[in-house]
Amino acid sequence: MSIYLDHAATTPMNPLAIEAMSAALAKIGNPSSLHTDGRAVRKEDEDARDFLAQSLGCQSSEIIFTGSGTEANNIAVKGIFWFRNQDKKRNLILISAIEHQAVLEPAQWLASHEGAKLIEIPARSNGVIDLDFLKNMIQDRGDEIALISVMHSNNETGVLQPVDQVVNIAGDIPVHSDAIQSWTKTPFSFKELGLFAASLSGHKVGGPVGIGILILRRGIDLPALIHGGGQEREIRSGTVNAPSIIGLAAAVRHCEYIDTKVEQARQSIESRLKYLAPDAIINGADAQRLPGILSVTFPGASNETLLMLFDAEGISCSTGAACSAGVHRPSHVLLAMGIKEDLVMSTIRFSLGVSTTRKDFETMLEKLPVVLERARGAQ
Amino acid sequence: MRLIAAMSGGVDSAVAAARAVEAGHEVIGVHLALSSNPQKYRSGARGCCTIEDSHDARRAADVIGIPFYIWDMAEEFHENVVENFMSEYAAGRTPNPCLRCNEKIKFAAVLDRAKAMGFDGVITGHYARTVDTPEGKTLHRAIDPLKDQSYVLAVLNREQIDGAIFPLGDTEKVDIRKEAEARGLAVAQKPDSHDICFVPSGDNAGWLRERLGSEEGPIVDQDGKQLGTHKGAYTYTIGQRKGLGLTIPTPDGSPRFVLSVEPVTNTVVVGSREDLAVTTMHGERTIICGPDIPQGEHRGFVQVRAHGAPLDCTYSLSDGLLTATLDSPLFGLATGQAMVIYDGDRVVASATICETA
Repeated sequence: MSIYLDHAATTPMNPLAIEAMSAALAKIGNPSSLHTDGRAVRKEDEDARDFLAQSLGCQSSEIIFTGSGTEANNIAVKGIFWFRNQDKKRNLILISAIEHQAVLEPAQWLASHEGAKLIEIPARSNGVIDLDFLKNMIQDRGDEIALISVMHSNNETGVLQPVDQVVNIAGDIPVHSDAIQSWTKTPFSFKELGLFAASLSGHKVGGPVGIGILILRRGIDLPALIHGGGQEREIRSGTVNAPSIIGLAAAVRHCEYIDTKVEQARQSIESRLKYLAPDAIINGADAQRLPGILSVTFPGASNETLLMLFDAEGISCSTGAACSAGVHRPSHVLLAMGIKEDLVMSTIRFSLGVSTTRKDFETMLEKLPVVLERARGAQ
Repeated sequence: MRLIAAMSGGVDSAVAAARAVEAGHEVIGVHLALSSNPQKYRSGARGCCTIEDSHDARRAADVIGIPFYIWDMAEEFHENVVENFMSEYAAGRTPNPCLRCNEKIKFAAVLDRAKAMGFDGVITGHYARTVDTPEGKTLHRAIDPLKDQSYVLAVLNREQIDGAIFPLGDTEKVDIRKEAEARGLAVAQKPDSHDICFVPSGDNAGWLRERLGSEEGPIVDQDGKQLGTHKGAYTYTIGQRKGLGLTIPTPDGSPRFVLSVEPVTNTVVVGSREDLAVTTMHGERTIICGPDIPQGEHRGFVQVRAHGAPLDCTYSLSDGLLTATLDSPLFGLATGQAMVIYDGDRVVASATICETA
């Protein structure tokens, strides 16, 4: 049995979600069909939408199901840009420098293909974005801004971002937030935050892979990336993926994530690290963070080697970024925090989840000294 | 043993890894990313290290059932192999980057890292054999003469040979493909890679021109009389006949060959075939691949190209300088090439040719 400490990458499906999804898979009927079979599936699908809307603090009609969190981010960034850029003066995209590639790359694509200008909001050394920079930008060039996108929490460091303040500062400018890592881990309400749009993903919360959510303020018609049958407010065509939606709702309904328990586990690892690896650096240590994400730098050890040696001990963790060939790349998130490249390449992420036990991280800590010594020897 | 299998994404390294697993070793597959900006796809038999290759290597490891990782060696490769390739050409020599890669990357950087991580050695899909002797492991030719790669491995010292495992040396290539097929490895029919992996176009001269510029210079005869103009001296190799673009014929109409390349004056010297004849070569940076070479002269073979013929010679080692005297002359031998001495099929030593006569 492996010790899985990579829950931020994906986390096991909730058994009750598997059950609900399996039952839904066995049923016939396209939710868009008008007959009894179709209506029966549609009822379950819409029940799931209602439940999810309630838990996310939005209206049911604001939920657009997508094929992934990445797709939700793409629709949001491209769609809001095109929607707002009808007034050609508005061609600035403001995103934080620590966004996930699923926000960063569509924004870069708009800059290289659609005449957008991309401005990144810098991060401070603790991993929190620089609100003063944002204030100044809005003061100076507010009329030109098409959209602002700031993630709710960072996937590599777990650092929570002041999205409520971003929305306040933004005024009438639409704010999108990638809340994929935050969902079910820390309080999130679309309405309370006053967001224009938000992205979520199923498999990070114990639901199936292949389902995401874009929450989009009611009454806004964004241009679609995928055209077809007009499902999901004509923004995301394609047969409604009822089994996955039903599975996702069950995962959230039966979610057993207890933030205080996970936080305690993370803190326990952090305090032990002080003795086991006194020179280890915990990134974002003085910021508010998600309970289960721990980004640690082990100076003098390559993260590529650390990952391999941990893996050989049956422990799964992550190095963050890799290119399409699978080569480890320095994380833009850590670089944006001002961390030097050699330290960035010595950083690994442990992420804890519902199924993480004390024994799991005790075993990891037990193996750490040997792994670290070998990794340093291999430099 | 605990071993690292260097997997390129080709058929040879995949079968080598599979054989090592079958022999009872604990094997971990590693693909070396040698380019910091890899191309998406291979074009025919050219190049390697594309994203497609790394995918093929991963897939082969999955089918064999071994863990798989990618090691980023792009920086080391650039520093030790690509830059050396350029500086050697710029200095008027003809380097072999595959030897350099084996010496500095595959059996140095990778082997060192593997050992520090608790592994015993590195497996590759090279066609060569090793033999255990009372004096330690020795390096030998593969049984398939057409595929034998002992020449490009002759840069390994004893310690490196000790940590190297070549499971394919006793098999012919055609059988390796059949074996890959039988093992369910999708790379069974993938074409062999040729040429220089970091020059995917196969156009070495063009690649060098892009990086070293194409400053024109004179092509002269041995008396210094200018016969023509070249575009970058380093794109010429000693012994080269084609592509000189000379319009003044020799008195007897015989062809001209490149005799030497002089980078300082950016001059290419040409002459007759007879002027190319070499009977003695000296090599520096000597690497002994097995037992020490006793004082004095010895009979053996010398090989100067990856798939060149073994030439009868008398060789000796003195103050680190390896000397080979050929029984019959060789035409067209460039400095910078590797000379590899064989005793029968055993690799004795290698050196970089620094002087010929």
